[in-house]
Amino acid sequence: MRVGIGLPNTVPGGARTLVDWARRADDGPFSTLGVLDRVVYDSVEAFTALAAAAAVTDRVELATMVAIAPLRTPAALAKQAASVAALAGGRFTLGLGLGGRHDDYDVSGVEHRTRGARFSEQLAYLRGAFDGAGIGPSTSFGAADSGVTLLVGGGSGPAYARMARFADGYAHGGGPPRAFGSAAHSARAAWRDLGRPGEPLLWGQGYFALGGSDVAERGAAYLRDYYAFTGPFAERIAAGGLTSARAVKDFVRGYAAEGCDELILFPAVADLDQVDRLAEALA
Amino acid sequence: MKVDIVGAGPAGLYLAILLRKNDPVHEVRVLERNAPDATFGWGVVFSEETLGELRDADHPTYLAITDSFARWSTVDIRYRDTLLRSRGHTFSAIARRQLLAILQRRACDLGADLRFGVEAHAADLGGADLVVAADGANSLTRRAHADAFGTRVSPQGGKYVWFGTDLVLDAFRFIFTETEYGLIQVHSYPFDERTSTFIVECPEPTWRRAGLDRMSERESIEFCTELFADDLGGHRLMSNKSVWLDFPLVRNDSWHHGNVVLLGDAAHTAHFSIGSGTKLAMEDALALANALTRHDNAVPAALVDYELQRQPVVERFQQAAGQSAAYFGRVAGYTDLVPERFAFNLLTRSGRVGYANLTQRDPDLVRLVDVSFRGDGLAASPPMSAAFTLGELTVPNRVVAELPAGSTVDGLANAAGAGLVLTGLVAVRPDGRTDPTCHTLDTDDAAEPWAELAHAVHERGGRVALRLGHAGARGSVRPPAHGVDLPLRAGGWPLVAASARPYLPGGAVPTALDDAGMDAICADFAAAARRAAVAGVDLLELDAAHGYLLAGFLSPLTNRRTDRFGGADLANRMRFPLAVLAAVRAVWPGPLAVRLTVTDAAKRGSTVEVGIETAAAFAAAGAELVHVQAGQSVPDGRPEYRRGHLTELSDRVRNEARVPTVVGGYLTTTDEVNTIVAAGRADLCVLARSAAQARAAVFG
Repeated sequence: MRVGIGLPNTVPGGARTLVDWARRADDGPFSTLGVLDRVVYDSVEAFTALAAAAAVTDRVELATMVAIAPLRTPAALAKQAASVAALAGGRFTLGLGLGGRHDDYDVSGVEHRTRGARFSEQLAYLRGAFDGAGIGPSTSFGAADSGVTLLVGGGSGPAYARMARFADGYAHGGGPPRAFGSAAHSARAAWRDLGRPGEPLLWGQGYFALGGSDVAERGAAYLRDYYAFTGPFAERIAAGGLTSARAVKDFVRGYAAEGCDELILFPAVADLDQVDRLAEALA
Repeated sequence: MKVDIVGAGPAGLYLAILLRKNDPVHEVRVLERNAPDATFGWGVVFSEETLGELRDADHPTYLAITDSFARWSTVDIRYRDTLLRSRGHTFSAIARRQLLAILQRRACDLGADLRFGVEAHAADLGGADLVVAADGANSLTRRAHADAFGTRVSPQGGKYVWFGTDLVLDAFRFIFTETEYGLIQVHSYPFDERTSTFIVECPEPTWRRAGLDRMSERESIEFCTELFADDLGGHRLMSNKSVWLDFPLVRNDSWHHGNVVLLGDAAHTAHFSIGSGTKLAMEDALALANALTRHDNAVPAALVDYELQRQPVVERFQQAAGQSAAYFGRVAGYTDLVPERFAFNLLTRSGRVGYANLTQRDPDLVRLVDVSFRGDGLAASPPMSAAFTLGELTVPNRVVAELPAGSTVDGLANAAGAGLVLTGLVAVRPDGRTDPTCHTLDTDDAAEPWAELAHAVHERGGRVALRLGHAGARGSVRPPAHGVDLPLRAGGWPLVAASARPYLPGGAVPTALDDAGMDAICADFAAAARRAAVAGVDLLELDAAHGYLLAGFLSPLTNRRTDRFGGADLANRMRFPLAVLAAVRAVWPGPLAVRLTVTDAAKRGSTVEVGIETAAAFAAAGAELVHVQAGQSVPDGRPEYRRGHLTELSDRVRNEARVPTVVGGYLTTTDEVNTIVAAGRADLCVLARSAAQARAAVFG
């Protein structure tokens, strides 16, 4: 299993540290720099953050984990993704999902109720009509078609089916290793049900805030705020943050045991030293 | 810390005990609306696992409870005039009244303030640091914040009534009794030296037919006493406000709101048929007390911790409870099973116990099950190793390996040991292919790879099934390694289907088949079947699944025809698929299977009931085996991909349509195969390579 690190693009203050963060991660042991996507928050737009990272890195891969696809028109989404892929010289994985926030849909003027159908149409576009649309930089979507690796997230039956139909693998939304294992089973079952050969790629994610109880509390406060829209679940997500090297190691081991291919650990505080602290914890 | 606990059931009292024991500084009040000796129901059951936890949590309570226990290790199953005993289980039970008395005494001794006959009003609870709603499935405390908790309550399973009896059993006893109204069953177990619990249960239609919906409490006791007179042997049934009920399935998205936390039945219920309500409630109390200790009585952090600990455990029990309740709803369909397999099916109903586990607990019963698969009654091997006979065909074992799409003899590498090798889709004509790598059987030459495959499989003692079909609206796409239903970029071909509707929105629009087109395709199926027979194929599987051509006729979502091949009438929608079956049946000498989407799993689509009717109609028309599938009738359905997601469907088709079945659904262990086959949920299982095997293949 490979382990990546998230950019602090949705952590308040992350806009200041993000570029140095990317540079530092490029030196570190991390496989990938991931970004989250959110509109109504003090955050840097996902593809913009990756474009900035692409400019200052040579080695590390870049990934959306995930971008909320229906908030963009199919062509705009394809244009952004193709642009980042080109700027990063191909070091790019496109993870897409539905997100969970009504407000992001509302301000984007996109109907929340029909988001699933809209997402499927976007995926069909990326894997089909996009090729002949004349939208550059020249690329294609789907590793199986020698294009950008495409991951799809979501925890419902239709989400797993959508993943198996259109994508190269599954992007899990976070949780303890056991929850990931259960989702991985469903992803593999859907893959098999749809008649795909081999196995889906499986990506996981978690949150960390390393450096003692004050940092842990700042991280938890951020997670409670970021996930306030989930109501009582915010507290559980905050409680799941990794706040010690030991917790990081256990989490990594747990995910590896469940068959995760790539685990992205996202910061809950934007301080630059978090990159080094995570690198240490993983050593 | 001031703690108010609403409800003096096992959960509330046990929490009071643990809190006072952990820290006597806690002020713990328990508020109960009823009197101390008022209780509903009779005995409650525990498993050994819970007992260990109780022992370490509060030893005096543990000793007092276990001293009062009735214990047994046997499950008796009365069915079709036979009594089958299964041993090796561990159960214990106690009178609910006795359990409460022990807990009340201990809580008082430890200084908890127990108040009976008081209604807990929100106003009175204002001064507490923590308010615990332990007031049961109908919790009023919970109802005051139902939105915040995200409470959902729905009935689960059939109608039931909880009696006591002075018949003292020496085992857990299930009784299944045929009546003119339908099957009625009993769950009974001893709980002290004088009394047993005696729960009577049946599906609601049976309950109405028997007139139980109109009977008084006394009449209903008389009815049950007479019905189970043989089992009761002159003993009486006793009522304790025993009325027929629906079992409420309680779920809550969140188990706490502010400083109010849900405990036991207020937070969740399972089902009486897996007897775990009291166990889960007392475990909740333990987890909450421990969480408070871990977090130095910081209530918000402790409540989150408590939820994180308990919710996954409870979800697994609720899953098992749902399966168990559903089993008892359809158990009348299993009355054809021989007693030992009926027993195996019953004992493995909730998914928590499988073949391997039961082999540890009760090797004698499992041996009887093993032997039931063999005519000679001597040697016993696991059910997956038993031969399966279908007419003239004998498949040497119950494992089916599916070849990867597009492969022939080269795909056999992963099929070692399988009794039956099933090919990917073989199209009856080129424009019926899914993709350019899909094989066809439209010429004699095209049969060559299948003759080679049949030869290779026969050499190693296996049998070959060929999946014959036509992709319909799902044709002309890229090979599955690239994705699914993705249109070919070049070199596509025109499609035909039941109706002129694309499979994916914006996809190629097929032409609706006319009579001549249907006749031609029938003839193509028959010609391909002849070639398969010549090639030495043993079993032919007609593909009427997943939105391909024949499935497209079956589903009302894709068949929008108004002629005699379409419409609301299933017989019309089946007309063309049945014509294909008849054409193939006329020329195909061996057994015939149908790969069938049993439910569209989509809004306005075919339900499971329609799917079972369809399966029965195919069987009546000469199909001897149904390969159970679900969904993919349309791309935007709502499939389920939990573990064993097709097993219950297969069970229903096999036992309601009375036709042998093959089931897959990403089964990756031989234990799953043994359990499914032994329980009569399917006859053959498609065993998938597990992720670990797939990895080993890459790195090996």
